[in-house]
Amino acid sequence: MNPISIWAIYAFEMRRFFRTFLQSIVAPVISTSLYFVVFGSAIGSRIDQVEGVAYGAFIVPGLIMLSVMTQATSNASFAIYFPKFVGTIYEILSAPVNYLEIVIGYVGAAATKSLFIGTVILVTSFFFVDITIQHPVAMVAFLILTCLSFALLGFIIGIWAKNFEQLNLIPLLIITPLVFLGGSFYSASMLPPFWQAVTHFNPVFYLISGFRWAFFGLADVPVGVSLMAIAVFTLICLTAVWWIFRTGWRLRE
Amino acid sequence: MTDIVTVTDLVKRYDNGFEALKGVNLGIREGEILALLGPNGAGKTTLISATCGIVRPTSGTITVGGHDVVRDARAARKLIGLVPQEVALDGFETVMNVCRFTRGLFGKPQDDAYIESVLTQLSLWDKRDSRTMALSGGMKRRVLIAKALSHQPRVLFLDEPTAGVDVELRKGMWETVAQLKAEGVTIILTTHYIEEAEAIADRVGVIARGEILLVEEKDRLMSQMGRKELRITLARPVQTVPEALTRYDLEIGPDGTLVYRYDATGQATGITQLLSELKGVGLTMTDLSTHQSSLEEIFVGLVHDKETEDRQAEAAQ
Repeated sequence: MNPISIWAIYAFEMRRFFRTFLQSIVAPVISTSLYFVVFGSAIGSRIDQVEGVAYGAFIVPGLIMLSVMTQATSNASFAIYFPKFVGTIYEILSAPVNYLEIVIGYVGAAATKSLFIGTVILVTSFFFVDITIQHPVAMVAFLILTCLSFALLGFIIGIWAKNFEQLNLIPLLIITPLVFLGGSFYSASMLPPFWQAVTHFNPVFYLISGFRWAFFGLADVPVGVSLMAIAVFTLICLTAVWWIFRTGWRLRE
Repeated sequence: MTDIVTVTDLVKRYDNGFEALKGVNLGIREGEILALLGPNGAGKTTLISATCGIVRPTSGTITVGGHDVVRDARAARKLIGLVPQEVALDGFETVMNVCRFTRGLFGKPQDDAYIESVLTQLSLWDKRDSRTMALSGGMKRRVLIAKALSHQPRVLFLDEPTAGVDVELRKGMWETVAQLKAEGVTIILTTHYIEEAEAIADRVGVIARGEILLVEEKDRLMSQMGRKELRITLARPVQTVPEALTRYDLEIGPDGTLVYRYDATGQATGITQLLSELKGVGLTMTDLSTHQSSLEEIFVGLVHDKETEDRQAEAAQ
């Protein structure tokens, strides 16, 4: 393991994050505040409570998950796509680093950025609603695991993408709908039976359920199942990344 | 001198069946400047890319400093600096930061004093805090060199470093290369510009259609293959070679001059005899001049021969 090389990639990526401070930090704060105004105040005033939790507070885990998943994916995919696009990937491929070091550098940075944004949103939510986190350790663990696994997914998308359109295709067409339909703003029990059954095929549903359990102690599925789901998802992503570097798919000719 | 880079039977076949390298063998000596000449699509960049780990060889081996570039990639790559053909830089980052990044990526602890010395040598120190996108084309090329040097490589690959660069900057680049050689860096340079190879290389390799046609000391190459021409201007221009002189390798040049081709390194050039026979056939000479083939002529000749040979082989099939 070569810590200097990993740090070089990680620090370079983090510098980009802080260079675009407004876009990186202020934008998620504003959009979260808007969600609270629209969902929390306007709609929430008519919904009142979901499973004993005030609606405004109920949506906080979903909101954090929504941002964390999309940010982790887009940050990691852009981080590896950008060198491919401008041509600086030659340097990564010719450097004395193995695939694990490259992945730790890029995915670690993307996960850190999304973790930071998730934390900013959590802190922002304290200004709008009253929340007590019942299982803080589990909450942090779920958050970190989600950041890491979706950053891995983003890394794969960034390697797969041949243009900017493809880069945005999966986040827009797959991840965002899955997050919205995964119970970010509602409990699955509020859906008709058919859609409840459909929801169980949505992997994001398990993550949001587990994360919400860490906040309020209530979940759509047992927390063990949620943990299993995120472990399986991470494993699939890791296997894909390993295969990409072993075969050089879309990286080395 | 020992070889620092050894390429053995290297073949690269792409998925579409195109064979970019057809069993290349090449030894690069420590501390030399080797110029690799070849037309577009000859395999120059593929050879460099395979050595640097960007392209996977189909078969054959490459070692750098005794380390196999596939099996012992980490040790091999630490020794290599690469300046790519295309200008590829993160435009939003500063010159200093992109150099720091490369140094770190290659596993070297940060050393700003060293990067300062590299940037100063390449006349970039004043621009250290400029974003790379704000630099001129020539400066960007120098930043690429600075990046490649920032991790103190022992072998430096320069893939067409002066393509599209003005004459003054090209000369500056040659000075930098000479300076690096003086510091003990082995330099492999690909180029279209024959004058570049003539000006700075110790040895010249010619590559065409994925095969190395020759690798030779530049000076020896020029003296061995460099045919000389003697141009004889006559008082009365001639239209044909006089009958009595047909045993000489003579041609009619422009303005009715006689052009005699000879091997300058040979024991007897035949010049004295030719000149004395001129009088016998009633010709009076008014001027004499000689011309030696340039590396470019040698190069074009070799590549042309190779293409003809390949066409004949294809036709035979």
